Amino acid sequence: MRKNSRGILQKLISAPYLIWSVIFVILPLFMVIYYTFTDADGYFTLKNLATLGSTENINVLAISLAIALIATVVCLIVGFPLAYIVTKMKSGGQTVIMLLLMLPMWMNFVIRTNAIYVLTEAMGISETFTAAIMGMVYNFLPFMVLPIYSVMAKLDKHLFEAAHDLGCTKLQSIFKVLIPLSMPGVVSGITMVFVPSVSTFYISEKLGGGMFMTVGDKIDDSFMLYTDYNVGSAFSFVLLILIIISMAIMSKFTSDEDEGGVLL
Amino acid sequence: MKKSGKLLNAIYVVIVLLFLYSPIALLIYRSFDFGSNDVFAAYKEFFRNDVAKSALKNTMVIAVISSCIATVIGTAAAVGISKYKNRKFKQAVMLVTNIPMTSPDIVMAISLVLLFGIVFAIFGVSDYLGFTSLLIAHITFEIPYVILSVLPKINQMDVNLPQAAQDLGCTPFKAFFKVELPAISTGVWTGFFMAFTLSIDDFVISRITAGSYTTLPLLIYSAARKKVPDYIYALSAIIFVVVLVLLIIKNVISSRDTNKKRSVGRAK
Amino acid sequence: MNNVLLRLRNISVKFDDETILDDVSLEICDKEFVTLLGPSGCGKTTTLRIIGGFVSPDKGEVWFENGLLNDVPAHKRPVNTIFQKYALFPNLNVYENVAFGLRVKKTPESEIKKTVHDMLSMVNLLGFERRDISTLSGGQQQRVAIARALAVKPRLLLLDEPLGALDLKLRKDMQVELKNIQKRLGITFIYVTHDQEEALSMSDRVVVMNNGVIQQIGTPEDIYNEPENAFVADFIGESNIVDGVMLEDYKAQFSGHTFECLDKGYAPKEQVDVVVRPEDVDIVPVEQGMLKGTVTSVTFKGVHFEIIVDIGGFKWMVQTTDYQPVGANIGLFIEPDAIHIMKKSEYSGMYGDYSSFSEDFDKLSDAEEGSDNA
Repeated sequence: MRKNSRGILQKLISAPYLIWSVIFVILPLFMVIYYTFTDADGYFTLKNLATLGSTENINVLAISLAIALIATVVCLIVGFPLAYIVTKMKSGGQTVIMLLLMLPMWMNFVIRTNAIYVLTEAMGISETFTAAIMGMVYNFLPFMVLPIYSVMAKLDKHLFEAAHDLGCTKLQSIFKVLIPLSMPGVVSGITMVFVPSVSTFYISEKLGGGMFMTVGDKIDDSFMLYTDYNVGSAFSFVLLILIIISMAIMSKFTSDEDEGGVLL
Repeated sequence: MKKSGKLLNAIYVVIVLLFLYSPIALLIYRSFDFGSNDVFAAYKEFFRNDVAKSALKNTMVIAVISSCIATVIGTAAAVGISKYKNRKFKQAVMLVTNIPMTSPDIVMAISLVLLFGIVFAIFGVSDYLGFTSLLIAHITFEIPYVILSVLPKINQMDVNLPQAAQDLGCTPFKAFFKVELPAISTGVWTGFFMAFTLSIDDFVISRITAGSYTTLPLLIYSAARKKVPDYIYALSAIIFVVVLVLLIIKNVISSRDTNKKRSVGRAK
Repeated sequence: MNNVLLRLRNISVKFDDETILDDVSLEICDKEFVTLLGPSGCGKTTTLRIIGGFVSPDKGEVWFENGLLNDVPAHKRPVNTIFQKYALFPNLNVYENVAFGLRVKKTPESEIKKTVHDMLSMVNLLGFERRDISTLSGGQQQRVAIARALAVKPRLLLLDEPLGALDLKLRKDMQVELKNIQKRLGITFIYVTHDQEEALSMSDRVVVMNNGVIQQIGTPEDIYNEPENAFVADFIGESNIVDGVMLEDYKAQFSGHTFECLDKGYAPKEQVDVVVRPEDVDIVPVEQGMLKGTVTSVTFKGVHFEIIVDIGGFKWMVQTTDYQPVGANIGLFIEPDAIHIMKKSEYSGMYGDYSSFSEDFDKLSDAEEGSDNA
């Protein structure tokens, strides 16, 4: 009997967080759903979702997805080899390089984006699609490198020796050992890049010169400009569905159980 | 063959770093006014600017308060979660913990605005966005980071540690503060540090939930919409240097710590 | 010795419907060294944790002298524990770890200083006061754990596989040292291990457990020479265990031969388990043998050869200094006092045949047990 009461007391310490989560995480999500399916007077409607079906809004969704996908792929192509190279350095070098990679992330997002704007200006490609992609990659590359690096760094170095021992060439051992074992890191890297880039609103606006609207811009506008909460919620709702779908697809690639292994 | 491979690797790393740092270098370059006779004109302008100074103060106030509260709630939550026996419940709680981290900032922000709208409407407050809403929003997105940096430390900790303290006469309450908390303190500090920097860094959520309360990122955003004023460059340069110095200090301390431990270990 | 210090009465524990301890009763005397011995999952650690106050039994009572301990929280119990992986506080140095319990009790500083000094000198760690826990070797950490637990002067010390993480040589040294400390300080030790050698060499009494039930309580000699059932016989040392029949007092029949023995008090023709230790079997020429068989394997073990002999399909293990080649036909001779008769139990027929015997296999399962912290 006493065993149980003591256990409850220890668990009770998490109660403030549980209450906080219910009020400020779960309840708000239901608010989004509620606003998505009601009109300004609170009556049920599918009008908000239907609005998203207009050519203009379909374009917005398509462009957001396209930008996010391209940025994610570029980050992966650049980030995966980088993570691998870093893991092969001496431990002191690893710390320095990872620190240098993280340092721009400690700078403010808006400052960062302005910094890359300055660079695109200097390169003469400001306010183009390329510039927008560059901005995304610039902002989110560390989110790709970090999880991949932390998974790779934990890999047993003997695994590669074993692969060579069993007759793998260097290239084969990369495809047969390194990539499969790095998958958990790759998956969380992709998620960590894809989610913010599909929903961001300042980068594309600033660097793309306002030539293309993204879902993020739309949501921002409907809340800050038009105060049309219902359409804004509908956009958010669709965005969430998109992200849940893509994460479900990604989770197919790993069967990882470790919660938040992504973190520093 | 091996040598050239290493060289290629090094070149690759350098190119990526150049990509990351050239904008910052350009930005710092622009913060200095080499054309006129006062090179530091932009910096002086920043320190004369009251709006900028109050934005700086607001940012710090929110960051300090929100990260302290998030650290306390998050650490307590992690301790509690680690004691859950029911796997299903634990998984459910971890799922909820992951929501603010994986859902887009903007969605989280507007969902909170919708909630505040209803709640404050009940109390008859119309102008409900400001300090309080911003604070709540920041705490909400910071807590998961605290939990996820504390939980691994608890799992690494020898499960017998608190029991050993009780065995030697501590009450469970005392055992927590004397033994358990110090054992997970690195996780708690990491969590606090992350919460603090995330708060300072946040733009998207602040923009939606802050109302007329202005923080630095919001100020920079509104100023940079048109032509970026020079004092923004100056401010960015200052922030960069401060962050750089802080990180160097932190790393020197931690590497010295591990070096010391290593050398003592060898001495035996 | 007959002054009972700790008394467990009908203790039962279930975790999620799984029975961990089933009606365990045990009395432990003052200044006694008692070992709880058994394979992992047998309930020995749970028993220890019940005494320490970290697990509450579903049923049963824990008495310490004349006080009921059930509702006394861990921090108020007159017992201390040395934990499996030591559970030293990583945030405190050696001195502060040892001083921890004293500080909690608000002991005067001068006394703390003296006690810590005494304890560290006892475990040969003087000069290590300011060292970080993380810089100590496994053996040193073990000593700090001992000093820390003994600093608060417990009447009863609980040790949960305290030497499990040490290598063999160090373990042997520490066994001697622990035994010396126990004798010198006159403290009661309850020691948990799955290592039978450790149990036999250190204890005054051994409690053999399996599946949450006490199988036998006795001195090391009793446990080894007079095992109560096939499980105990097999778990402690090597045993040949065969089916037999008690024809009458002092006469047992097994493996097709009638032997004289020293056991009595069984019903006529009662089915029994017969234990013969491998070192108690003598090898003789075939014609002189009570039992006859063929050698199927020979392993050199240093002090002796370990020979597996096939006798009518049942594989016997014999330890002998005489080399016998594989395939040799030999006779076995067994003295009356080498035969031990046990009543049939749930373990009958499960142990004692060396047909599937293999060294590697044995080591493998040992290693598994060692890594398991149940």
